[in-house]
Amino acid sequence: MDAFTTHTGRAVPLRRSNVDTDQIIPAVWLKQVSRTGFEKGLFAAWREDPSFVLNDPVYEGASILVSGPDFGTGSSREHAVWALQQYGFRVVIASRFGDIFRNNSTKMGLLPVILPEDVVERLQDAAEADPKTEITVDLAERQVRSGDLVASFEIDDYTRWRLMEGLDDIGLTLRHADAIEEYENGRQPWLPTTV
Amino acid sequence: MGRTLAEKVWEQHVVRRAEGEPDLLYIDLHLIHEVTSPQAFDGLRMAARTVRRPELTIATEDHNVPTVLGPISDPVSRTQVETLRKNAAEFGIRLHPMGDAGQGVVHIIGPQFGLTQPGMTIVCGDSHTSTHGAFGAIAFGIGTSEVEHVLATQTLPAYRPKTMAIEVKGELPVGVTAKDLILAIIAKIGTGGGQGYIVEYRGEAVRKLSMEGRMTVCNMSIEAGARAGMIAPDETTFEYLRGRPHAPEGESWDRAVEYWKTLRTDDDAEFDKVVEIDASTLTPFVTWGTNPGQGAPLGSAVPAPEQFGDPVERSAAERALEYMGLTAGTPLREIQVDTVFVGSCTNGRIEDLRAAAEILRGRKVVTRTLIVPGSMGVKKAAEEEGLHEVFKAAGAEWREAGCSMCLGMNPDTLKPGERSASTSNRNFEGRQGKGGRTHLVSPQVAAATAVTGRLTAPADL
Ligand code: SF4
Repeated sequence: MDAFTTHTGRAVPLRRSNVDTDQIIPAVWLKQVSRTGFEKGLFAAWREDPSFVLNDPVYEGASILVSGPDFGTGSSREHAVWALQQYGFRVVIASRFGDIFRNNSTKMGLLPVILPEDVVERLQDAAEADPKTEITVDLAERQVRSGDLVASFEIDDYTRWRLMEGLDDIGLTLRHADAIEEYENGRQPWLPTTV
Repeated sequence: MGRTLAEKVWEQHVVRRAEGEPDLLYIDLHLIHEVTSPQAFDGLRMAARTVRRPELTIATEDHNVPTVLGPISDPVSRTQVETLRKNAAEFGIRLHPMGDAGQGVVHIIGPQFGLTQPGMTIVCGDSHTSTHGAFGAIAFGIGTSEVEHVLATQTLPAYRPKTMAIEVKGELPVGVTAKDLILAIIAKIGTGGGQGYIVEYRGEAVRKLSMEGRMTVCNMSIEAGARAGMIAPDETTFEYLRGRPHAPEGESWDRAVEYWKTLRTDDDAEFDKVVEIDASTLTPFVTWGTNPGQGAPLGSAVPAPEQFGDPVERSAAERALEYMGLTAGTPLREIQVDTVFVGSCTNGRIEDLRAAAEILRGRKVVTRTLIVPGSMGVKKAAEEEGLHEVFKAAGAEWREAGCSMCLGMNPDTLKPGERSASTSNRNFEGRQGKGGRTHLVSPQVAAATAVTGRLTAPADL
């Protein structure tokens, strides 16, 4: 996972709520067994509409997606995170996220930032008024800054540390192999096995 | 102070707890399917890691598989299924491939084998893992990175979610099902209402549900944003489990039951949030929009966007009506459908098929009607009861087991503009095929709708 400390980029305003992971990447794109090439499937159905915001050339190269509430609800497909990252997004800002999507994002180093709905709308307004508007997302300070807007966001210390260091969870957990083994020795004897 | 059911099960699984860090949680059962696992196995190989507990892991082929006999025609789907076979063989994981008597939708086979038991922690790279919470397990969906993590360590780092009680007061009226109940709950609390919570469904109406009804309710917890839903185990649970292939036996059974009986929320425990719903006022419920929270009683009409005070909900309703090709004020009973789908991990179990068969017995369907059993086990049970003959006589298609039209990864899809009444769990845009329009319904409403071609309750026939 790439480390994330601070990122400055332009934003795409996505004025929709309940952007479920089936919209972010439709199921037909999930048949690949590789980890690459998912950017082509990002918002595949919506991108067929020429007026869809991602098709607007003024937002080309933008790296921050600013969405309506309940972004990433539904299916657990991590392909949604891969598609956003491979398309070029580093941050998604919304007032609410689906729990599994948010978890998947932090495993991959795509930063989900929760801000109040009115702040989200101000950022969307700014990106619409001037697509060159830059937004800085500062994980160290837990702050989003753009022009005279400064907004703080919450993220737990542990996830923040992991993201800033770019650490792999499995490596961290394997440091506690002894504790896992000890736990396994005390498991209830009737618990099932699949063999 | 007392503890909730969720707290009890969680605490039982904490391997390690440290200040300022998520708990390290032990996972008792890991379910795998072909779609969300290939990259996880690749990750293991790249890091030269192994599967820590293959005997706590089980795999099935469900999302991609065709529901007509024969090989997979789509080469990309076939590669994905073959990749799972290779991975299962390489890492020593039990797999139920297509055509196998144990094959089926991942959330159907766990309970069917008796692998899903009270008090366990269960994960799967699939959001409807919440289904298994019906047994009083903590069960939730995870992404591929977490699948790899569980394969490698049999644990997951996680913060304990807050707890929510959904108290269902009164009894469900005759003709109102578990599906109607959960659709009504989601409409009430919204698709984000459960975010950050483990929900416990409680109350008289929940206690009276069969195990299969409880699974239908817990299955759709994720549609209300909750990663997990739970129901405290009781005699209904024990009866369902007794004698299943992986259920404990003899003395082990007695000890297990003794423990399982302690898995209930203490009387003096407090939930972070409590929601009440009155079951006695419910009627058959269907969705009209493009998220599972956009639902209404079948007896009502398509709502007007202006009815929604919240501007976000209003614009979502506008978009939904446009996508669904519906006009505000149209009675829901007048909506014509092209396809009826009975199946999925929400409503693809034997009781669901019995309910649909009861309505179709001696009647004819006027729409394309797909009946897809959730597993080969369900299929066999249905055929032993002769249900397949009822479906075929009515003109419905009787298929092999799989996810099928629930997500349209196999050839069972809607064409653009086509409309379905579906017993599945998601009415998202394009979920059942690009441009397809989905109304979520119970198996009973699905069957009645197949007979008339319009959204219909059995009582209307
Ligand atoms: S039946 Fe549908 S919801 Fe259930 S696992 Fe399959 S695709 Fe997912």
